[in-house]
Amino acid sequence: MEKSLVINPDNCTGCLQCEMACSYENEGVFNPSKSRIKVFTFHQEGRFVPYTCTQCADAWCQQACPVDAISLNLVTGAKEVNESSCVGCKVCTISCPFGTINYNQSSGKVIKCDLCGGDPKCASACPTQAISYVDADQTGLDKMRKWATETDHASTNTPANA
Amino acid sequence: MSWTGKLLRINLTSGEITTEALNDQWKKDYLGSRGLATKYLSEEIDPACDPLSIENKMIMATGPLTGTMAATGGRYVVVTKGPLTNCIACSNSGGFIGAEMKSAGWDMIIFEGKSPEPVYLYIENDKVELLPADEIWGTSVWNTDEWLHNKHQDPLLRIAAVGRPAENGCLYAGIVNDLHRAAGRSGVGTVMASKNLKAVAIRGTLGVGNLTDPEAFMKAVNEGKAVLADNPVTGQGLPAYGTQVLMNVINEIGALPTNNMKDVQFDGAHAISGEAMSEPRKSDGRPNLTTNAACFGCTIACGRISTIDQGHFSVKNKAKYWGNSGGLEYEAAWALGADNGVDDLDALTYVNFICNEDGFDPITFGATVAAAMEMFEAGDLTLEQTGGIEFKFGSAEALTQSVELVALGEGFGQDLALGSKRLCEKYGRPELSMTVKGQEFPAYDPRGIQGIGLNYATSNRGACHVRGYTVASEVLGIPEKTDPLTADGKPGLVKAFQDITASVDSSGLCLFTTFAWSLENIAPQLQGACGNEWTVDYLLEVGERIWNMEREFNLKAGITSADDTLPPRLREEAAKTGPAKGMVSQVEAMMPEYYQLRGWSEDGKPTDATLIRLGLKG
Repeated sequence: MEKSLVINPDNCTGCLQCEMACSYENEGVFNPSKSRIKVFTFHQEGRFVPYTCTQCADAWCQQACPVDAISLNLVTGAKEVNESSCVGCKVCTISCPFGTINYNQSSGKVIKCDLCGGDPKCASACPTQAISYVDADQTGLDKMRKWATETDHASTNTPANA
Repeated sequence: MSWTGKLLRINLTSGEITTEALNDQWKKDYLGSRGLATKYLSEEIDPACDPLSIENKMIMATGPLTGTMAATGGRYVVVTKGPLTNCIACSNSGGFIGAEMKSAGWDMIIFEGKSPEPVYLYIENDKVELLPADEIWGTSVWNTDEWLHNKHQDPLLRIAAVGRPAENGCLYAGIVNDLHRAAGRSGVGTVMASKNLKAVAIRGTLGVGNLTDPEAFMKAVNEGKAVLADNPVTGQGLPAYGTQVLMNVINEIGALPTNNMKDVQFDGAHAISGEAMSEPRKSDGRPNLTTNAACFGCTIACGRISTIDQGHFSVKNKAKYWGNSGGLEYEAAWALGADNGVDDLDALTYVNFICNEDGFDPITFGATVAAAMEMFEAGDLTLEQTGGIEFKFGSAEALTQSVELVALGEGFGQDLALGSKRLCEKYGRPELSMTVKGQEFPAYDPRGIQGIGLNYATSNRGACHVRGYTVASEVLGIPEKTDPLTADGKPGLVKAFQDITASVDSSGLCLFTTFAWSLENIAPQLQGACGNEWTVDYLLEVGERIWNMEREFNLKAGITSADDTLPPRLREEAAKTGPAKGMVSQVEAMMPEYYQLRGWSEDGKPTDATLIRLGLKG
């Protein structure tokens, strides 16, 4: 079963545990500046929003890469960067509409989320379930359940029944 | 190892910037952050110096767990000699700049001397520069933050800055980082401004690693996170209500100081409580609280993000304050609210915004206004002296006018900027200042919670709750319940809390973890990061060593056992209502046993045997 990361900004507190887990997994140090997932703070609105690659089925980055350094992991569905092929040309960073593939100054290659091979560390590090890893066909299930509850509540509290 | 092993020394007089290796022995003896920075300060300055003179130094320091994935590992401290207290000052802050400093490769930054012109320090990993700050001198923290982000075109820059009160000599100015987190107490911001240093702006991209045993570390971190999540205080109470979860609790047990500590219960407590912050306002239907927020790495997330009703008198036509910003925590809500008899939640939130915007301590500010209110009502302060402000208990208008005057350094704000001790002395009523060693009390009345009174009296930075938070035991039953109304056994409890706290503060973790964690949870994290020698027993020894080192600093600064006491009101005027009705603080009765347990002489000095046992004397 293919799984997807689901992000629920309502739950995010901006703690950056996800960024540390990501950088530790990939770089061996706690370093938010090298994280593949980023939490954005909208100060005036009081909102925190984690954002990362959604693993497009038909991926701009993959199509743009002139050296075929980005490939599909058939098990996880992730688009993964092959570091030995990547030449650091950054064309993928231009083609990606979401900005979720980025150049890493230290290595001279691009970096992006690879779902940690099917066990994304950001999701397990998140203390508030703002990031979860679920059945790719059911990413809207929690929102549907929430609205189903609302609908149910409304239907049992109509003026006629009151 | 987890320390970067490097510190920056910034000579502001000459502009010279040098790097040094961290003293290997001292980090073993004092761990990091509070302990290690205090060791450096003790070695480098004369404790008797004038805190606002060129002789004083100011140290920003992280701990070995700062910048790691350990839950709450984002803390840093500012250590200096404090101008409010003339004692050792150590103010601890969260937010993100501590971790950024560590990620830039620095355990500590030592500032010495005084710059001839206003400057700010810019750090991008090992690129470190002093740059001109003329354009931001004379402006607020929030303006400085915006200016620096624009100038460097870097939204990820982390900034700590001082506001106008610090520049104007307000004795309780703090250093605000990340817009609304603060090294808030004892006037550390006043010291920073006295050196013509406006801000520190940091971008760190090196990361924090160098762990002794990464696998053991991650295991201990994950176990620690699970304990925090499962604990009712850190897993539910603090995320939902923040520290404001305490307002109703402390009022019910009759330990909520009210109207400059004349009373111990406040009728308006619910209106300014954490629960009230979550209720829809009558005026606009929105709650005061928008969301909770975390500091770096924190899985508790007690921070409050709040708004003020746009129709509220304090922000009418001031669109700048209509968005979200850092909301009320318990100590601020108490000092601004109950201690002044003000139950207007939006007014308190506005005052709190201003304290963040211009960088001053809402506890000392609120308690100073309370002293002014008592003196005004008693006729010691006249309308002429206050510039026409009616300082009456319950007046939200007097409070909001006061905060603006202190921010701008104008009119009666110049008197309020002195803190209550000097204000009350100036107007002939020194006994009305609710302070120890010149610093105002936080939000727990020593008549209703006996142990905390002893902690206030003996705290090395003047009255303070976070040097030895016996409220955890006496009120919340953590780690075990003790009777708040009895003095029996409290000297030992106070000493234990003080020593453990010194250790936790020095690790880079947040003290709030100790609602759920004991040193049994913290030691494995430190061992994974720094090595197996960091056992529970050794951490207790380090904590006690730090406490005694701070005491030695204060003794050299001129503090005596006569300063280890509470104002007469708390020792002589009994609580009028609640469970503690009829009681006073028994601080004097507790003191001899406290000194004895500490291994101090009858006049409060560590004995030679104690100093030798702790390695503080050869």
